[in-house]
Amino acid sequence: MLRLPKFELRTPTTLEQAIEWLEEAGPSALIVAGGTDLVPNMKHELFTPELVVSLAGIAELRGIRRDHDGALSIGAMTSLEEVAANELVRAQAPALAQACSLVAGPQLRSMGTLGGNVMLDTRCQWYNQTYFWRQALGFCMKKDGSLCHVVAGGKNCVAAASNDSAPALMTLGANLEFESAKGARETPIDELWLADGIRNKKLEHGEILTRIRVPPVGTGHRGAYGKLRDRGSIDFPLLGVAVRLDLDSAQRVEHADIVITALAAQPKRISKVVETLRGLEVESPEFASACETVAALAHKQCRPLPNIPGDHDYRREMVPVYVRRTLAAAAARSGPVHHV
Amino acid sequence: MSARDLHGPGAPWGPEAPGAKANADFGVVGKAHRKIDGLAKATGAAVYTDDLQLPGMLHAKTLRSPHAHARVKRVDFTKALALPGVHAAIGGDSMPIKYGVIPWTPDENALAVDKVRFIGDPVAAVAALDEDTANAALKLIEVEYEVLHAYFDPREALARTAPAIHESKKGGNVSKSVQLDFGDVDSALSQAAVVVEDDYTFHGTTHAPIEPHCAVATYSADGLLTLWSATQITHYVHRALSRVLELPPHKIRVIQPCLGGAFGGKSDPFSLEFCVSKLAMLTGRPVKMLWTREEVFYAHRGRHPMQMHYRSGATADGKLLGVDAKILIDGGSYSSFGLVTTYYSGQLLTGPYHFPSYRFDSTRVFTNKPPCGPKRGHGSVQPRFAFEIQLDQLAEKLGLDPLEIRRRNFQGDFTRTVNGQRITSNGFLQCLDEVERASDWRARKGKLPFGRGLGVAGSMYISGTNYPVYPNEMPQAGVQLKVDRSGLVTVFTGGNDIGQGSNSLCAYIVAEELGLKLDQVRVVAADTDLCPVDLGAYSSRVTFMVGNATIDACRKLREQLVAAVAAKWECAAGRVRFIDGLVVDLEDVSRSMSTMEAFQLAETKFDTLGATGSYNTPTLGGDYRGGTIGASPAYSFTAHVVECEVDVETGRITVERVWIAHDCGRAINPMIVAGQMEGSAYMGLAEAVLEDHDINRFGLHKGPSLLDYRIPTSLDTPEFHALIVESLDPEGPYGAKEAGEGPLHPSLPALSNAVYDAVGIRLKHLPFTPAKVLAALREQRAAAKQESTGALARGAR
Ligand SMILES: Cc1cc2nc3c(=O)[nH]c(=O)nc-3n(C[C@H](O)[C@H](O)[C@H](O)COP(=O)(O)OP(=O)(O)OC[C@H]3O[C@@H](n4cnc5c(N)ncnc54)[C@H](O)[C@@H]3O)c2cc1C
Ligand code: SF4
Repeated sequence: MLRLPKFELRTPTTLEQAIEWLEEAGPSALIVAGGTDLVPNMKHELFTPELVVSLAGIAELRGIRRDHDGALSIGAMTSLEEVAANELVRAQAPALAQACSLVAGPQLRSMGTLGGNVMLDTRCQWYNQTYFWRQALGFCMKKDGSLCHVVAGGKNCVAAASNDSAPALMTLGANLEFESAKGARETPIDELWLADGIRNKKLEHGEILTRIRVPPVGTGHRGAYGKLRDRGSIDFPLLGVAVRLDLDSAQRVEHADIVITALAAQPKRISKVVETLRGLEVESPEFASACETVAALAHKQCRPLPNIPGDHDYRREMVPVYVRRTLAAAAARSGPVHHV
Repeated sequence: MSARDLHGPGAPWGPEAPGAKANADFGVVGKAHRKIDGLAKATGAAVYTDDLQLPGMLHAKTLRSPHAHARVKRVDFTKALALPGVHAAIGGDSMPIKYGVIPWTPDENALAVDKVRFIGDPVAAVAALDEDTANAALKLIEVEYEVLHAYFDPREALARTAPAIHESKKGGNVSKSVQLDFGDVDSALSQAAVVVEDDYTFHGTTHAPIEPHCAVATYSADGLLTLWSATQITHYVHRALSRVLELPPHKIRVIQPCLGGAFGGKSDPFSLEFCVSKLAMLTGRPVKMLWTREEVFYAHRGRHPMQMHYRSGATADGKLLGVDAKILIDGGSYSSFGLVTTYYSGQLLTGPYHFPSYRFDSTRVFTNKPPCGPKRGHGSVQPRFAFEIQLDQLAEKLGLDPLEIRRRNFQGDFTRTVNGQRITSNGFLQCLDEVERASDWRARKGKLPFGRGLGVAGSMYISGTNYPVYPNEMPQAGVQLKVDRSGLVTVFTGGNDIGQGSNSLCAYIVAEELGLKLDQVRVVAADTDLCPVDLGAYSSRVTFMVGNATIDACRKLREQLVAAVAAKWECAAGRVRFIDGLVVDLEDVSRSMSTMEAFQLAETKFDTLGATGSYNTPTLGGDYRGGTIGASPAYSFTAHVVECEVDVETGRITVERVWIAHDCGRAINPMIVAGQMEGSAYMGLAEAVLEDHDINRFGLHKGPSLLDYRIPTSLDTPEFHALIVESLDPEGPYGAKEAGEGPLHPSLPALSNAVYDAVGIRLKHLPFTPAKVLAALREQRAAAKQESTGALARGAR
């Protein structure tokens, strides 16, 4: 078995205590939630913190509730399993419930948290490897090295955002609540991202994601998630497509949004989606043909890179297929789009 | 008469003709039973090698090469040895004697002596107080390398001789080359009504057992080396340790604890076994080494990638006339079993169909990749893949049903193959009947909606090899029985239970033969101090050979037990019957005793009780160089029908159902047989659609983890229907043959054939990734377009 590097683990029971310890220790401290991403990464010596502050003992970070304004408020430490099964989430944020239901496998979903998923490190086949392997390679820019093996001569790391929940939360217009020694801040998830695979989030040291807020939706809200992967379980997305449709009382599209992940450092919103679909009645042939147009738009706008394992040309070929299928699933209130 | 000649046709274990006894007449045989270690495994009580903790035990780690091909100029342990907690560090010079599982090709060192030959090749080892200290010490070892040109493409390795990967080898990078001719293939093919010639590719795959390799060694003050190892061949490890460590074999004891899967991947002697032994000898303390998952991928010995060219011809009514094969085998960096693999790639194709003429030309080359070796269906899964697709291509040209062409070419039972192998019982036709019936083939083949299809394939496999890897005439399997006054019989067998249930098999046979309840039998296995030699778990030999040896021992013992009881009852021996823990008088059922009483009577009469039994194969094989490789006392036969669905938009193939009909001879425990059949098909299909053991452009393993090496989850597993066919073998135990490897073979070509039925594309190059499916579909559309524009043009003319 790979060994974990040595570190100190602390398990505060209050947010204040966690913030204080993180502040005190500075950048050599890291947060752990379920540990399903951080622990393997530490075994690979991608992170070697001296102090690890676990959020597992902080009760207020758990649970799902509906706020008085109708927004869903999900504690960052809520397990993916719970998010996927929760009735409120399934009704108000179907794309999110579906995305969480397809993360990793059942054991990892019961350990892994929604907060940890949002904060997931980017992934790359040249990076998510053991120290020995990376050393034999000569390392890469994201960790311990200076070259990129995905884009020859590239100056920018393009490791892939691989968190399934992120595109769903983006279509839902979610807000993230952080707390740190500097106080609380709330930011739309759209504004979290940076186009840099080394560090793809605007985040200061010590900031704890406390809750994820999903604004209320109307009765015509539809959402679905489509995920391409090799196996029926365990695997990270080779492509993740989140779709949102908001219909008026006559089943016509009022608003629509598509965000795709597992491409490069940040999830990508497809442009001109709402312009193409607005006003179309979802069961009409016009809607179906507009979906084809959207699929073609997505194909044009998405260029998967050879960053994660698998054939990137094939991943690109699947963009329109998964966009079309996920749109259809959202319209039909079904989903997720997944091969098993 | 030598031991070998005791065991031919008419061997002593068949007083009843095997066919005469129906399963109902047996007490234990032919019925479903738990494995004897099932509960221990299910409850977590079973002790695996890594569970061993010995007082004062040190932990060892291996330093590995970051280069694919390099000369090792210098290894400096100074800094590593200075680290507190480090007890010893060794490099290649500590064990310079080469070894290899095949005695003719010893080309491995426990640690690199002069060269490293793939990324991950072991260079040095350290023993320290704990794993973290050992790991820290590895980072302090200084190694100087001179990097050499590395070969990743077998064609380049064949064409270019310098630098040679193994300098001692004549012939550049060729590891083994075999050309064998049987009959005049060229003239046979020139007379054929149809000939198909095509190329097929088998990629690399590995075993991925759930338990990583692990070994623990102690070296006593009086010079006894004891090694516990997760191996599937204790005996060969024993021999290799003696050779490399220069210890007399009687000063070495090798024990295999409970094992968590092997599939051929634990057949070679491995670096860690030598390293812990040497480190224990140096430090005088127990030493353990547990490999990481990544290291298991480097140890590999998995399925050889093969580039195969086949040419076959048949008459107008579908009878095969000749088969001509040319195969390039990518061996990776060491020989391992490669000599045998090279022969097997040709020798094992000559059934279940009659080949009037046959020729193969197989060459294995070294490349700078993790070494290939034996994986479930060793050497024969790849050619079978190619040939069973080619058979469908022939059938198509002839307008024959794929099942029909297989029937027409059936070789029959009790016959000889074109390359001189003796075939005994052969239930292949019944296998075809079974899959035809169960899959509703006639109503559905070729008639399912576009995107869904059925495919068939057949195969044959050995039940043990006729000769051990080192030539000798001693028994291939030995068993010893100890009889206790408590009513317990203990079986001592050198056989390796690797999860396939061979220890259970011994218990079933003893219970059957001596009329005991299963809990009156215990099995002690795979301990070279306690158990007679068995050659280990490979080539599907254990049921056949250990089974026969167990019967042999039981029958000797039974004779004494019966005699003691008959004397007591003053009746003829024929009246004494041992059944279910009791001894009864067949003619006076009021008279009975427990088997415990019978044991005590016999011990009183004959002195301390015990018996040995053994098995050796009869003299078999073709009369030419290599003619004994592939010779087996019996062959199993299999047919699969696979039903699949192809999503033409995503290119994804979903295997829906598989019907597996397998002729295993007698199914001694049908539940275990069915499990082996399902597990085999699972593994074969995984190789077809998911698994890919390969290196990247730097020569690094593409993804040495169970996340990146995609073995199927339960969600990716189709519905299996195991259809057991029992063509009783005259020499197998109760007529049994094998079930562990044969049933893997047809799954890959049957899937390819099913995809053809579903969407009309012939997939000939593994693995069948969705991208390849889409490319083939595009090609098909382009061809159809050309065809139709051509037809239009012709019409216009
Ligand atoms: C085999 C395997 C397969 C996987 N497959 C998938 C998959 O298909 N899709 C997918 O999305 N993920 C996958 N994952 C990754 C992971 O399991 C999930 O993303 C999970 O949601 C991570 O949550 P966690 O609580 O375990 O995070 P942790 O590992 O505890 O943390 C992840 C990161 O987020 C930071 N963090 C965690 N919580 C907070 C917080 N509240 N505030 C600030 N920072 C925080 C941590 O410091 C760390 O950097 C897989 C993991 C494995 C091992
Ligand atoms: S894209 Fe991959 S290889 Fe390139 S710098 Fe980022 S992690 Fe390294």
